[in-house]
Amino acid sequence: MPETRILPTEYVTDPNLRVTSSGKTIRSEEMIINMGPQHPSTHGVLRLELVLDGEIVMDVIPHIGYLHRCFEKHAEHMTNYQQVIPYADRMDYLASMNNDWAYALAVERLMKIEVPERVEYIRIIMAELQRIASHLVALGTFGIDMGAFTPFLWMFRDREKILDLFEMTCGARLLYNYVWVGGVSHDLPSQFVDQAKAFCRYLKPKIKEYNDLLTYNEIFVRRTANVGVLPADVAINYACSGPMLRGSGVNWDLRRDDPYSLYHTLEWEVQVGKGEVGTVGDCWDRFIVKVREMEESLRIIEQALDRLPEGNVQSAIPKRIRPEAGEIYVRTETPRGELGFYIISDGTASPSRVKARGPAFVNLSVISEISKGAMIADLVAIVGSIDIVLGEVDR
Amino acid sequence: MGILDLKLENSNIIVTSVDRLLNWARLSSLYQMQFGLACCAIEMMAASASNFDIMRFGVIPRATPRQADVMIVAGTVTIKMASRIKRLYDQMAEPRYVLSMGSCSNCGGPYWEHGYHVLKGVDRVIPVDVYIPGCPPRPEALLEGLMKLQEKVRKESIAKKSA
Amino acid sequence: MNPSEIHERLTSTFGAAVVDAKLDAAQPWIQIAPDKIDQVCQFLAREDDLAFDYLMCLSGVDYNNGTLGVVYHLSSIRHRHKIVLKASCAKDAPHVASVSLIWGTADWHEREAFDLMGIIFDGHPDLRRILLPADWEGHPLRKDYKVQEFYNGMRVPY
Repeated sequence: MPETRILPTEYVTDPNLRVTSSGKTIRSEEMIINMGPQHPSTHGVLRLELVLDGEIVMDVIPHIGYLHRCFEKHAEHMTNYQQVIPYADRMDYLASMNNDWAYALAVERLMKIEVPERVEYIRIIMAELQRIASHLVALGTFGIDMGAFTPFLWMFRDREKILDLFEMTCGARLLYNYVWVGGVSHDLPSQFVDQAKAFCRYLKPKIKEYNDLLTYNEIFVRRTANVGVLPADVAINYACSGPMLRGSGVNWDLRRDDPYSLYHTLEWEVQVGKGEVGTVGDCWDRFIVKVREMEESLRIIEQALDRLPEGNVQSAIPKRIRPEAGEIYVRTETPRGELGFYIISDGTASPSRVKARGPAFVNLSVISEISKGAMIADLVAIVGSIDIVLGEVDR
Repeated sequence: MGILDLKLENSNIIVTSVDRLLNWARLSSLYQMQFGLACCAIEMMAASASNFDIMRFGVIPRATPRQADVMIVAGTVTIKMASRIKRLYDQMAEPRYVLSMGSCSNCGGPYWEHGYHVLKGVDRVIPVDVYIPGCPPRPEALLEGLMKLQEKVRKESIAKKSA
Repeated sequence: MNPSEIHERLTSTFGAAVVDAKLDAAQPWIQIAPDKIDQVCQFLAREDDLAFDYLMCLSGVDYNNGTLGVVYHLSSIRHRHKIVLKASCAKDAPHVASVSLIWGTADWHEREAFDLMGIIFDGHPDLRRILLPADWEGHPLRKDYKVQEFYNGMRVPY
């Protein structure tokens, strides 16, 4: 027979005292635990301060800045607009081609330069190959956070083939300095088109393998469905972009809705999360959006490879880049979302102010909203599904 | 290890085969502390994936510094992170080694001139054994740096104090 | 809606708060008084035909003439239009009203502008440094910033 206790009056007002079912009083408090800058699941140097009630997360306070590498200061001191491009590479190091292109596009619009059609198609091919490579890393590391080691190995193996294509073109595996203001640094080598087409044929059945192994796997679905649900209006209010926004059901893709380059001439579709196995906007939706985006990227690459015209890729690169005084904000769709560059020029050869709006920085700010009430293991899934790259969060 | 050290302090001939055995055991199982900072971390991950496969050298990633032998500092060390790196290094048990991967952790890298928040080389806070140049170094370069570290370990002797 | 119509709406509603505008630039901008910027943004976000629900970017700028500025790039997902707002303040008294209650994303952007540029946003719930350590001296993106020699015993310059 459990003993009943009459609590003294001061205990009634203390929220930390609980009475268990057997009648005993226990004291519980919130714990503050650090998921520190060195952690296998934080995808880099991110510190999450967790306020926990047992295993349940009451609040998450992200602390960033452990990789702040002063990109904006460097951009102001470079003597040439082209010299900023290696620094832009290193911001989001998984999507260097897209970063370079966003910056080069901003300077080109500021100077009103038109690039030849061959350059546009090459940029599209490289950007979409980079999107596939970046999604492979994102999905592989997401799988390994959930405990699935095999997809990580398979996805990195397939990513090496993309890196071979990049290395064949410009010599680098990860940080390319390839897309320059007005053109690209190297023309495609002669065997690039055939090898790229062979790669597209190779990857299509592999995506089906990933779906069989990981995406519809019951354990994976149980760990990611209905976890970290991000409603569409919260996503828009927090300016989320990319797969985060599309996973919440918002049909918005900058390649179609704020068009740049020749995307509007190619046939492809925007993939949106529909809540197939859980709620719209959960981690699984963000995952499946990335998988389907990889398939769409393959479609875009094949079309662009067929339409590639001849031309000189360096004909529009200006000898001196000295835009007149003015400012511009240009945004492009990188694998993580909307990467924007706001450049103020004062008429000299180096920029006066370059502000980089990184999608991962903005996407990460929503984490405290969507993780309230989740368990720590769910928090790992949420951080993995936001797909952050700390170089871009901290710049 | 302590008793062997004291007994065999001046007798170099006897310790040779013990040295060789211990050094071989240590260099073949250098557990790595899973610690990637920036872009070089991606090349480190590519090195542990199947194309380059660092695990065949015995390098297994361990998440905690207490179980690790080697800390591969891959990426830019910022001033905010430097005190945490020092703390992690202190938490590693001896014998411990540090591999500085990439030019950012060697000397500040491309951020040396105007990077107010970048520490110009991780050797300003912890002692480094092997430096691997590159931005980022290829996974093969990381493997070569690891083999240089293995050379260093092979030459150690328990008759002398290890660093 | 094109930028001149938006400018019309703002001048008719807020009058003197709209300080300046350049509608013929490649990306037209409207300058607002720094203490009224939150009311203007509230209006732009809540009105049905304007519906600027997406704050693309919020940047702090040092104009190198004794003033600091904040530049807001707004867009609307519903109506697909964009506008640029600016707010300027003096360098020795840099106060701008905060818009973090209107768009949740402005929270971190304003903290970054405070951290790197030193602009103080009145009404921000939690204005503290976000990228640099809490005891860092100075605001690095200002044009007159001098890097400190040592931080906690570590030499900062090369």
